Amino acid sequence: MGVADQAKFTDAVEPFMDALYAAAMRMTRSPADAEDLLQETFLRAYRGYPNFADGTNLRAWLYRILTNTYINIYRARQRRPDQTELDDVEDLYLYRRIGGLEAASLGRSAEDELMDLFTEGEVREALDELPDNFRVPVLLADVEGFSYKEIAEMMDTPIGTVMSRLHRGRKHLQKSLHGFAAARGLLTDEVASAENR
Amino acid sequence: MNTQDDRAESDPAEEPFGEPGCGDAVDLLYQYLDGELDGDTVMRIEVHLRRCSPCLEAFDFHDELRNVIRSKCAESMPPDMRARLLAMLSDPTL
Repeated sequence: MGVADQAKFTDAVEPFMDALYAAAMRMTRSPADAEDLLQETFLRAYRGYPNFADGTNLRAWLYRILTNTYINIYRARQRRPDQTELDDVEDLYLYRRIGGLEAASLGRSAEDELMDLFTEGEVREALDELPDNFRVPVLLADVEGFSYKEIAEMMDTPIGTVMSRLHRGRKHLQKSLHGFAAARGLLTDEVASAENR
Repeated sequence: MNTQDDRAESDPAEEPFGEPGCGDAVDLLYQYLDGELDGDTVMRIEVHLRRCSPCLEAFDFHDELRNVIRSKCAESMPPDMRARLLAMLSDPTL
């Protein structure tokens, strides 16, 4: 690519840098590894950019490269990456324990209550604790809002596998969140009332 | 313990919130929120949600929870990292 094309590429990807950084942080869980991952992602994207068809979704294309790059690096490091399993957690785990709490105060939206209940660090830690094969689909669905089909393509995984990992991963994340709030003693009464329901 | 597979029974006592159809709705909760269901199924769920406030509250809760997760995971790239990556991208030898 010439200098003009190189500048065009940079202009095109720059708006996605913060979001890609946040995703890379949740994938790698370290700023140094996130930077390595982003560097490799942008190099691959740059090389592939001449073949990138205008009109296709640039954001999804960049996330596909990011996810592929991460999974390839990760797979090279791990002996049995896909065999990590998670115990089943009951449906509605968090809702059954704190569902009433968020509607408790007058004059505030339920979402504000929920927003205050968990710190940024807790939400990130709950996500970070998930094994890779669960964390990546939860990240791509819940944080980035991609469709099951897009996630399946990004991860090179059948759509049914994406759905089952999302299902289990989300429930585990909820269980971790509940654990954080309970540990701070915020939920003592609510837990007791949920158990007695 | 109610599982996903015994909902064919449709015994209200076995439904998560005690109403017929709650089991189906709860099973499809995330697919609904993710926008992954066909129009007929969406309509069937919305009919149920209009007459079942426990399910409606559960759906709202999960929708809000996802907004919370999304907003708490947003972060900006540190300026020095951005500068290094932009320098890499503008390097003429790239």
